[in-house]
Amino acid sequence: MLWDWGYAIDILPELLRGLLLTVQATLLGSAVAYALGLVFALVRRSRIPVLSQAVWLLVEFVRSTPLLVQLYFLYFVLPDLGIRFDALTTGVIGLGLHYACYTAEVYRAGIEAVPKGQWEACTALSLPRSRVWTGVILPQAVPRVLPALGNYMISMFKETPLLLAISVMELVGAAREAGSETFRLIEPLTMAGIFFLLVSYPSAVLLRRVESRLAFAH
Amino acid sequence: MSDLLPEPLTASSPRRGDAVIVFDKVVKRYGDNVVLRELDFRVKSGEHVTLIGPSGSGKTTILRLIMTLEKANSGTIQVGDDYLTHVQRKGKLVPADEKHLRKVRQRIGMVFQQFNLFPNMKVMQNLTEAPVRVLGLPKEEAVERARDLLELVGLADKGDAHPSQLSGGQQQRVAIARALAMQPDVLLLDEVTSALDPELVAGVLNILEDIAKSTDITMLCVTHEMGFARDVSDRVLMFDQGQIVEEAAPDKLFTDPDQQRTRDFLRAVLERK
Repeated sequence: MLWDWGYAIDILPELLRGLLLTVQATLLGSAVAYALGLVFALVRRSRIPVLSQAVWLLVEFVRSTPLLVQLYFLYFVLPDLGIRFDALTTGVIGLGLHYACYTAEVYRAGIEAVPKGQWEACTALSLPRSRVWTGVILPQAVPRVLPALGNYMISMFKETPLLLAISVMELVGAAREAGSETFRLIEPLTMAGIFFLLVSYPSAVLLRRVESRLAFAH
Repeated sequence: MSDLLPEPLTASSPRRGDAVIVFDKVVKRYGDNVVLRELDFRVKSGEHVTLIGPSGSGKTTILRLIMTLEKANSGTIQVGDDYLTHVQRKGKLVPADEKHLRKVRQRIGMVFQQFNLFPNMKVMQNLTEAPVRVLGLPKEEAVERARDLLELVGLADKGDAHPSQLSGGQQQRVAIARALAMQPDVLLLDEVTSALDPELVAGVLNILEDIAKSTDITMLCVTHEMGFARDVSDRVLMFDQGQIVEEAAPDKLFTDPDQQRTRDFLRAVLERK
């Protein structure tokens, strides 16, 4: 028999633990990516000499190198420099940093889409700089780009299996582990695939709904 | 109504009749395009001055320079006793820092052609935001002031509306109230009716006329509404190619201008109507 239901049920708890870890890494990684991406976007806009260029360089560097290389670097090279995190934390930092370099662009586009007149009205009212951002610009820029930010979370979710490379036992890792004991891979890998589908497809549908509601609100 | 509006002549505020805005040899260029050529002019405190002239003659640029939305290439602009973009240090003029700009800006309010209300805030918050954050007014006082101003512009019931729920004319009236909430000495009006449907123009102009007649506020308007210019102005300046072609009281300028350029412009504008 090609598919063994008994075996599938046996490995289910193990795979669910892997799924939980995958979701955890995605949520934490996204939180890092959303926060850090905003910081990158603001620093780059600030045109503070050196700092602004340094962030630009970092963003370009991260965007033009593979996530896998970055993860290896964080996990295997940084400890040599005395910086050591556990595997999951390293994974979250790696995913977060990598995607922050993309969300920074998303924020930038959102900020640039706010009409110039809004900035001018802020100047005419003498609003302090910090309040211009928190009260006027970001509340208009961020809702516009929520769908794009959400898409990056879904992409990140699908890329978490790379964390396998630094021994985080996420969903695919758990599936391979289960398979390595029995030499049967068809059940665990099929189930892992289905789990990914079950999470990312409804998320994408939900996101599309949010998107159309936002489009309506504008 | 006049008690709602700028009476707060603080120690540094100008007295009526003093020059409140002084342009001295101001030059503004965009690339090779010279918008203002060594422009000199002054506006006295409490005066209502209207700038007219063809598009591209530099009228709007004057307002934008005063609001510090643009920087002059050379020359100086004074607002009251302060230089707008410079401070005097050891008898020399040096470029001013952001703190100085903020201080000078607070005496100036501006209403834009495109309203520029904050769409993420309700009408009430549009009006209280700057008084609370900039002037440090207690929330309740700012709300009260905002209510009075909304009544003044005929929108007493719209405090809880979002700007997008209002007509263009209503949005512009909110924008006028928002500028007045800061109790500026000088109000800049940049083609405030140009983006409005024709039937909404009168409502906005009537409110501005009321404000002009019942307060001490200094007004500097750029407009294509010649009727409005005639009714509210103490003085009209005719601009062309970055220079003042002619200036006179409205009665004189609209009926018997000295310059051929002014006559041509007025004829073209009035024929269009």
